Amino acid sequence: MMLKLSIEKMGELFQRLAEGRKLYLPLDRGGQVDFGPWTPEAKVRLDRLKTIKSAKDFFFPQTENIVSFKRQGKDISIIENRDAEEPFVVFGVRGCDARSLDVLDRVFLCDPVDSFYKARRENGVVVSMACSEPEETCFCSIFGIDAADPQGDVVTYIIGDFLYWDERTDKGRALTETVKSLFSDASGDSSLVERSRGEIRDIVSRLPLCSLSLEGFDGSALKEKFGSPLWSELSQACVGCGTCTYVCPTCQCYDIQDFDTGHGIRRFRCWDSCMYSDFTLMAHGNPRKSQVERFRQRFMHKLIYFPANNDGMYSCVGCGRCVAKCPISMNITKVIKALGVEVNV
Amino acid sequence: MRRVRDMMRSRAGELLKDGAVTRVLGWKSGEFYYDPTPSFFDTEESLDELVYNGFSAAMLSKYLIEATKKEGRVLVFLKPCDTYSFNHLLKEHKVDREKTYVIGVGCGGMLDIEKLRALGVKGIESMEELGENLVIHTLYGDKKFARGDVLLEKCATCKGLEHKASDELAVPDELWEWETSDRFARVSELEGMTSGERFAFWRGELSRCIRCNACRNACPVCSCNKCVFDNPRSGVIAKANADTFEENMFHIIRAFHVAGRCTDCGECSRVCPQNIPLHLLNRKFIKDINAFYGEYQSGESVDGKSPLTEFRTGDVEPGIVHERGGA
Repeated sequence: MMLKLSIEKMGELFQRLAEGRKLYLPLDRGGQVDFGPWTPEAKVRLDRLKTIKSAKDFFFPQTENIVSFKRQGKDISIIENRDAEEPFVVFGVRGCDARSLDVLDRVFLCDPVDSFYKARRENGVVVSMACSEPEETCFCSIFGIDAADPQGDVVTYIIGDFLYWDERTDKGRALTETVKSLFSDASGDSSLVERSRGEIRDIVSRLPLCSLSLEGFDGSALKEKFGSPLWSELSQACVGCGTCTYVCPTCQCYDIQDFDTGHGIRRFRCWDSCMYSDFTLMAHGNPRKSQVERFRQRFMHKLIYFPANNDGMYSCVGCGRCVAKCPISMNITKVIKALGVEVNV
Repeated sequence: MRRVRDMMRSRAGELLKDGAVTRVLGWKSGEFYYDPTPSFFDTEESLDELVYNGFSAAMLSKYLIEATKKEGRVLVFLKPCDTYSFNHLLKEHKVDREKTYVIGVGCGGMLDIEKLRALGVKGIESMEELGENLVIHTLYGDKKFARGDVLLEKCATCKGLEHKASDELAVPDELWEWETSDRFARVSELEGMTSGERFAFWRGELSRCIRCNACRNACPVCSCNKCVFDNPRSGVIAKANADTFEENMFHIIRAFHVAGRCTDCGECSRVCPQNIPLHLLNRKFIKDINAFYGEYQSGESVDGKSPLTEFRTGDVEPGIVHERGGA
């Protein structure tokens, strides 16, 4: 059922959503907008389409404690310090980020199930938001994502002076029960919401990157794409930083490290990046010795290997963060153009 | 800027044709006006894609480390500020001067796409640089900005429009010049804080760091063959740490390592996806070096020693830290 709330009452809604659980939403921190925990003083920025990092952080954090060890004399004690059991809501998730969870589910919920991720998925409620003003860096539609009707436990729209709230799943309905008294019935406004959706789709259809074709990017093209002579040219300016992988909502590679605290060991996992020289380092060295090979790996994974292993699902959602943030403006859309079909040129 | 680009294309074409250079290092046009990518060009025809505009900020000097290891001579386009880093790389014998041909390109100040986004620009379709103005056509209407309001930080505090190294210049007469501000003003403000305030300031700024290493990798002075942070046995591997203070140390260590060498090119702050003002750490070192050893600008020339690699009997003693009120 569609509900609505006056924009002026958003503060009350956040207050209510944050009762008994964490509420994460886009916040202004020193001029930069990123998801963060809500407090009454927090500067909420729902007007900013793209947060710097995605909502992935709450399901697969950049660093996560696994276990700690403490040594006293000859005894070693093992200390459980995982914190994946907290209930939370992440609010204002755009369609691209909402879809990225499907990609991550494929990785972390298949056998063997990642118990950290699973716990966070079970404890987290996703409140998504339609994109009122898509940007030129967006290309979600080529992956079949509808910016006007994102997935999520609850889907919201800001139209005029109202927030529209549409529960979609059992989790979403349970969340709605806790805030329902703030809302009024909006079932009469369905044409208004539909019109807004139409406007969003119209803008998306005019975005330059949304006309890219993915034709030819599938498992059957593995050898052809892998052996393309274009990789060296595409990667020649890559500085080998991890920006694209860390702002990416679907990149899921991680490393496990021990941090020596001086009086014990904290074992944690942290995001890794295929762009780094020590990625998948083995006794004999990195299997991908040059930046060309590392660069190729990232895009082959997203556009060829992942769909080949996951029923055609690409591990890119077209959020465009890498497009906006790469220090030298090289990104997946330029790769798709260079290696794809003629129509893209 | 379009004049400069035309001069660049024509000279690069001639030099390639003559065989004076084997390849050309410049910027290639992207999907949008604001996203040129550093690129090598090895044929005259490919130069059609060579662009130079207010978003050609990515510095090309560092690419010469690898490029000059290859056969042949590379033509490189350097903006005035890029020549400082070029000289520094020559000074440290990272780049072979004989294998380079430098065309110094005129600069009208580089523009900051992040500043434009913060000012609400979205849905960009095209841009035009018209003298001192920037006109942006977007899906949500046209917008006009004065260049001076949307310059990159490194350009707002520009060191000057003189090229410190070049074989020839591509600088038209009528390039836009702008008023620059004092690059140490913000450092002085930070110095005016109490140590507690300053600690809180940096903890806040650095808390946004995602350890992407873009600052290090773009830095023309960070040119170690193997960075300590890339050595898994160092215990300080280049990934996010479980401890946030350890994380912050990455930037402190890097600032120390580039002290006396940093040319203040500002690439670290430009490439930071989190907009952390990393240049302020380096500028603090530059300001102190100037105060302790006399004015010094890294990369101004290839010759001579730098203050931290030269010993003079009059050099300050470590006790200066206490004298200035430090711990």
